[in-house]
Amino acid sequence: METLELDIVKQENLIYEKPRLMNDNPMHYCPGCSHGVVHKLIAEVIDEMGMEEKTIGIAPVGCAVFAYNYLDIDWIEAAHGRAPAVATAVKRLNPNKMVFTYQGDGDLAAIGTAETIHACNRGENIVIVFINNAIYGMTGGQMAPTTLLDMQTSTCPYGRKVELNGYPLKISDLLALLDGTCLVTRQAVHTATAVRRAKRTLRKAFENSMARKGTSVVEFVSNCPSGWKLTPEQANQWMIKNMFPKYPLGDLKDI
Amino acid sequence: MAKVKGSVTVNTERCKGCDLCVVACPSEVLELTNEVNSKGYNFARVKNPDECTGCANCGYVCPDGCITVYQIKI
Amino acid sequence: MAEEVKLMKGNEAIAHAAIRYGTDGYFGYPITPQSEIMETLMDEKPWETTGMVVLQAESEIAAINMLYGGAACGKRVMTSSSSPGISLKQEGISYMAGAELPALIVNVMRGGPGLGTIQPSQADYFQAVKGGGHGDYRLITLAPASVQEMADHVALAFDLAFKYNNPAMILADGVIGQMMEKVILPEQRPRKTEEEIRREQTWATLGKTKDRKPNIITSLELDSSIMEHNNIRFQNKYKQIEENEVIFEELLCDDAEYLIVAFGSAARISQKAVELAREEGMKVGLFRPVTLWPFPKKRLKSYSEKIKGILTVELNAGQMVEDVRLAVECKVPVNHYGRLGGIVPTPDEVVEELMKLK
Repeated sequence: METLELDIVKQENLIYEKPRLMNDNPMHYCPGCSHGVVHKLIAEVIDEMGMEEKTIGIAPVGCAVFAYNYLDIDWIEAAHGRAPAVATAVKRLNPNKMVFTYQGDGDLAAIGTAETIHACNRGENIVIVFINNAIYGMTGGQMAPTTLLDMQTSTCPYGRKVELNGYPLKISDLLALLDGTCLVTRQAVHTATAVRRAKRTLRKAFENSMARKGTSVVEFVSNCPSGWKLTPEQANQWMIKNMFPKYPLGDLKDI
Repeated sequence: MAKVKGSVTVNTERCKGCDLCVVACPSEVLELTNEVNSKGYNFARVKNPDECTGCANCGYVCPDGCITVYQIKI
Repeated sequence: MAEEVKLMKGNEAIAHAAIRYGTDGYFGYPITPQSEIMETLMDEKPWETTGMVVLQAESEIAAINMLYGGAACGKRVMTSSSSPGISLKQEGISYMAGAELPALIVNVMRGGPGLGTIQPSQADYFQAVKGGGHGDYRLITLAPASVQEMADHVALAFDLAFKYNNPAMILADGVIGQMMEKVILPEQRPRKTEEEIRREQTWATLGKTKDRKPNIITSLELDSSIMEHNNIRFQNKYKQIEENEVIFEELLCDDAEYLIVAFGSAARISQKAVELAREEGMKVGLFRPVTLWPFPKKRLKSYSEKIKGILTVELNAGQMVEDVRLAVECKVPVNHYGRLGGIVPTPDEVVEELMKLK
């Protein structure tokens, strides 16, 4: 058996590895965090489209603030919530480039709501990658606009209550209503099947941006094992049970 | 029907021991060790190499890109 | 387009000068008294001629962050607004200073605080030259006093911004923005090509080519020792700017016993006051800082042994007067005269204040 194994581990038999555009810097994300998988998908799609030299990523403020340390492309680190405005100018001034933002739920759906809605409404030819884990991970687990009702965070320690905090914001549903968006979709990366589907959709989003079809929004319903105080696998199960009913996976709009 | 045989290697230094690859594997090829890497994580390693079909599920779900998968038809 | 002589408003001159400079992008949000800048640009449709992008943003905050994105790509980008809108832009200006990005911000000042008034003011002096946003940074600040300077300062501000990789501001006021004068517009310059930008702005995020590492535009650094090093680098740059880029104008200062120090529209009023005071036998000169930061402190200091008193005239409650006092190291009495809330003083009022120096 030993010899058979040696035969397998050869370059010509390679079917999966860390994406070429993802460098060797250790990522600062907590064990099991969805961010890493989404980073890999973006790296793979850019590489497979042959757009490495034409891609500009806009990093957010939040857990993914250091996204620029992990994918070997040009990056701009935006002020909190302003990534869609930054991306708007980058794309309009460089129409032949491929431009995307990478934003969390606080960045995109709280402080940056105006920039998100207006970039989408103008139909900017960009991709918005949206990580929704219903919590503020980087600052230590505070309530997000997408935090579920009764879900506990450090700023709603007795659970989110409508009277105090209002309702979880289904911002992708809202963005799907705008005439400027061509693709609004909810994906997840908790299983291999989900990852493969998400990658196909992400590629479509990037292709849309180069075909000048308008704004594509790819929401990833994600886990936050540390913020949710669960193991990664428990977090994925909690996500399936609690997040998916509120934020169902699938395309909200695809034209 | 053509059979396939796979093999996975784990970058144990990069691994954070999240266990998601272990859960994702349909053939119980992987396990978390009791040993720790230099960052203090119980890393993943191959337990049952013979069972691997090279489906790459472990690789897809690994958040840190620690897993490389090879596959041959036999 | 060749050089042209035209009669127009200060705000319109900025728009025409921007197109002719070869500006790549304008991003703004309407606010009185500067809305003619974007209106003129939209009317001129430069995207059909030079390829310049002009976009009405959803807010001043979005506009300044569009600047951040455009500047990160090494493009010549600008925005304009008036006082309340400029307050909204401060975060973005701080980020650009921290990421060392060149860009042009035009502030056609109106009276504040708060929503204030739409009439002219110079009450944003502190905001422009003392920071405005957070952190230890400096904003190159130019104060035009004529429609011609509104046009000329577009090129000057961009040139300085790109020389030092730092944001620059044209700090005008409602008088200069709204008044009409003759202006000589420069001939059309071509916009920079991507190849030129890649060569000159090697840090620009235009896509990572195989021959270099990724370019990353950020102001973030969690390692305090590196962040201190970055700050020291910024401070050294600011020192260089203070050494090399001071601009001022002197009128009848050679034999002056008294000086008026004033910028922008206040300097124009003061010019008439100097004339009137001299008719009454008072030897007054006008010292007009053109760069408010870097402030012409060395030159002002040189007057401290020669003159008997200084009056600063400002459309505010006394802001630049502090820098004048610092410059002359309190060796000369320095008074301030200002009108507030959008009121513009008359030359006679200024002469009356001058007489109090005697």
